[in-house]
Amino acid sequence: MYIFSVNHYIEVLPLLLEGLQFTLLITFVGVFLGFVLGAIFGLMRISKNKIVYGIATVYIEVVRGTPLLAQIFFIYFGLPDLLGVSLDKLTASILAIALNAGAYIAEIVRGSVESVEDGQREAGRSLGLSSSQTMRYIIWPQALKRMIPPLGNQFIISLKDTSLFSAIAVTDILYQGRQYASGTFTYFEPYLMVCAMYLIITIPSMVILRRYERRLEKK
Amino acid sequence: MIEVKDLRKSFGETEVLKGLSTTIYEKEVVCVIGPSGSGKSTFLRCLNLLEEVTSGHVLIDGTDLTDSSTDINDIRSKVGMVFQHFNLFPHMSVLQNVTIAPQKVKGLSKQEAEDAALPLLEKVGLADKANTYPTSLSGGQKQRVAIARALAMNPNVMLFDEPTSALDPELVGDVLEVMKDLAHEGMTMVVVTHEMGFAKEVGDRVFFIDEGIFMEEGSPEQLFDDPQHERTQSFLSKVL
Ligand SMILES: Nc1ncnc2c1ncn2[C@@H]1O[C@H](COP(=O)(O)OP(=O)(O)OP(=O)(O)O)[C@@H](O)[C@H]1O
Ligand SMILES: [Mg+2]
Repeated sequence: MYIFSVNHYIEVLPLLLEGLQFTLLITFVGVFLGFVLGAIFGLMRISKNKIVYGIATVYIEVVRGTPLLAQIFFIYFGLPDLLGVSLDKLTASILAIALNAGAYIAEIVRGSVESVEDGQREAGRSLGLSSSQTMRYIIWPQALKRMIPPLGNQFIISLKDTSLFSAIAVTDILYQGRQYASGTFTYFEPYLMVCAMYLIITIPSMVILRRYERRLEKK
Repeated sequence: MIEVKDLRKSFGETEVLKGLSTTIYEKEVVCVIGPSGSGKSTFLRCLNLLEEVTSGHVLIDGTDLTDSSTDINDIRSKVGMVFQHFNLFPHMSVLQNVTIAPQKVKGLSKQEAEDAALPLLEKVGLADKANTYPTSLSGGQKQRVAIARALAMNPNVMLFDEPTSALDPELVGDVLEVMKDLAHEGMTMVVVTHEMGFAKEVGDRVFFIDEGIFMEEGSPEQLFDDPQHERTQSFLSKVL
């Protein structure tokens, strides 16, 4: 059967490993910045101030209501027209993941913070802690624990999302596989390896997450 | 010490507190009883502004809580509150529960706060639990930690909202014991409770709230043994 041409698997591997570096770089930096954005906008979504709440809502809805591919095209091709400076592919990709994940993480943050029982806030306030102290010392640490499983999920989603950036020729895993495929006119092996490459990261992540979730439930 | 003047509180359209007025004096222990939904918790929560007051005034040591220039955090730090469901901070050890507010609100160092906390834990009989986490405590122990946590701020007044009603009967005694000690030390206390024994033993006055008003008030003997109001009589006949 055709699939057993081992050479192709071996040849494509170094290319994919190179691509993996970019994929991981974009994902880690992007999701980290996304968490910072998500924490800010998530807390804004809880604000009683209508304007603060409104700004966060617009951001979240715009991002969640548009496809990531359109977002990266807008950032990479569109923004330079406006700003007069062009972004390099890597920066544009990281920015896109950060903005995109940030919107989803904002909802994770909001949900987790709101899931902390109201009695906790009341106990904090009744002791004389200000509302920001109560958030910082009482609510946030408890919310953070509950955020970890959905944040892990978002990490996996964002990791897979980075494959879209091969459309602007970011040399990520998928792009490298595609290069190999079109250069050698073999498709099965490189794309199988591309999928395997993603799974090597995503499956262990999912296993760790499930474990953590189960531990959290037990408590 | 605590003056309440025509206190009203509405949630949306429904008026829950319909004009409460009273004065609670220093070192007095006031017990509040009344049927479910009558506004006991709401009344208590208005005393440290956990609920926003709709109209009327609450004065603590002469400071009007409803005045917008009043520093609410400062007032709250002088009014301790103990909740029915304890509301301990689950991510902190017992000692951290008791020391967090003194550190963050009063600016004590960790060492100072801990030095002050240990005698309080001693007092509630839980010095040996300082480093455990709330999940591993019984309900009665949790509530005693909650009392120590409130006392750590050196409050002038302590508010208790049914502090024993979430406890197994055999654990109630320890908590009441701690509360009695407090009362004997001269703490001003407002206690929502159905523990008539406690009210009789340490209460100076009992308020019966029904439908958002003080239907009747008096000494525990008067109120329990010789209730005047027919609503008080029927309530007591149900709970006693
Ligand atoms: N946050 C709220 N929003 C709307 N209604 C509320 C709120 N809190 C309390 N209420 C209503 O106010 C009324 C009085 O409530 P409150 O909790 O003060 O009663 P209670 O006397 O403490 O009763 P219980 O003995 O059951 O604790 C109830 O009808 C309750 O449904
Ligand atoms: Mg109540």
